[in-house]
Amino acid sequence: MKFWRKPLDLDQLEIPHGEIHIVKDRCKGCAFCVEYCPKDVLELSDEFNIKGYHPPYVKNPDQCLFCRLCETICPEFAIWVTEKQKEVKKVES
Amino acid sequence: MNETLTKEMGVIEEKHPMENILRMDRIPHIWCPTCGIGIAVTSFAIALEKSKIPLDQVCVVSGIGCSGRVAGYVKLDSFHSTHGRAIPFATGLKLGNPKLKTVVFSGDGDIIGIGGNHFIHSARRNMDMLVLCINNFIYAMTGGQLAATTPLTANTSTSPYGNYETPFNLPYLADSCGAVYVARWTVLHVRRLANSITEALNKKGFSFIEIICPCSTIYARRNRLGSGLDLMKFYHDNSIIKHGANTKELDIGFQQKIIVGKFVDRERPTFLESLNDWNRKVFGDKFKEYGGPDDGD
Ligand SMILES: Cc1ncc(C[n+]2csc(CCOP(=O)(O)OP(=O)(O)O)c2C)c(N)n1
Ligand code: SF4
Ligand code: SF4
Ligand code: SF4
Ligand SMILES: [Mg+2]
Repeated sequence: MKFWRKPLDLDQLEIPHGEIHIVKDRCKGCAFCVEYCPKDVLELSDEFNIKGYHPPYVKNPDQCLFCRLCETICPEFAIWVTEKQKEVKKVES
Repeated sequence: MNETLTKEMGVIEEKHPMENILRMDRIPHIWCPTCGIGIAVTSFAIALEKSKIPLDQVCVVSGIGCSGRVAGYVKLDSFHSTHGRAIPFATGLKLGNPKLKTVVFSGDGDIIGIGGNHFIHSARRNMDMLVLCINNFIYAMTGGQLAATTPLTANTSTSPYGNYETPFNLPYLADSCGAVYVARWTVLHVRRLANSITEALNKKGFSFIEIICPCSTIYARRNRLGSGLDLMKFYHDNSIIKHGANTKELDIGFQQKIIVGKFVDRERPTFLESLNDWNRKVFGDKFKEYGGPDDGD
């Protein structure tokens, strides 16, 4: 992660990370999750699901901040995020 | 499902975190792709969890319409009532058992059009309930007839050359009838909407939240507004948050700015409080306060 200013407590900083779960066959391809993810983690795939829609896939898994916006804005209850085990992250300054 | 592909894409299947509130056996739901009603349901589920109200004390009542399907998707005591009659049904539940938290979750046509009379009188009497009204500006389920909320000039199946009837301004209607909590959000404002529902769930009396929501199949298509995603982008660019705004100034024009926020938050004795207070005054000690059926606790 890049910062515009190096935080003083950078060495103690722990950025939460999320693990994304997608039930592809429940998705109706609305792209709300793709559009509103603040970290551009998701993208619609070329693959068709059982209903003929293009579900999203996780394009940038490391970028996910566990904000759960995708989960909240999905009208189909098809995507959700759990918190990844905490690990000390390398931070570029 | 292709397991290898699933793994390659970093996708895992488990239980949705809201499975305690949703009837997952009924999902996928009937709502169209890019319809926003599902987002409102998620906001409600989040709010319910945050409010800490025991789930067995909550009941959801819907009327008829796409929005009226909500009652069938929540794993709570819920009832799918007849068209326009969700509010009187909820009134009966509340008076029969005042310990219940009654939530009416339905559409603009249902609550404001067909059931408009129930709406104004419940607000006037300050009947203790939360009304969540999905406003998609149209009677969606039946093919897109003109509603009491359709903006001027908008195209509907019964106004094919454009609407010339002045629509209701819902927050103003609720405010002037006496609602104690009045807010409006779009489904794009998921977090604020969930916070607002939490706040309203913890309030006594008649609370009303208008939820502006894309109807992709009927309203957007008839008016050539694109998909639900285009409407979400429209809300993003055209919503103005203005807490405490004068409700008189909250009219919604066709594809015009939408003022959202919390507009009213006040206290007024509820119907049951007034009933008990008045009868205590009139009958003194002879009056036994009404608190619902005696269930031993
Ligand atoms: C007494 C009665 N009149 C008419 C209908 C037909 N009807 C079913 S749904 C509906 C419109 C519902 O509109 P709204 O509440 O806005 O819900 P939406 O579908 O837009 O979500 C109508 C008129 C009915 N079911 N019962
Ligand atoms: S949790 Fe937030 S950052 Fe992660 S994918 Fe969802 S929207 Fe993007
Ligand atoms: S928000 Fe939900 S339904 Fe829409 S594309 Fe994403 S996963 Fe699919
Ligand atoms: S017709 Fe409109 S309101 Fe009904 S499910 Fe489809 S998009 Fe949603
Ligand atoms: Mg409607």
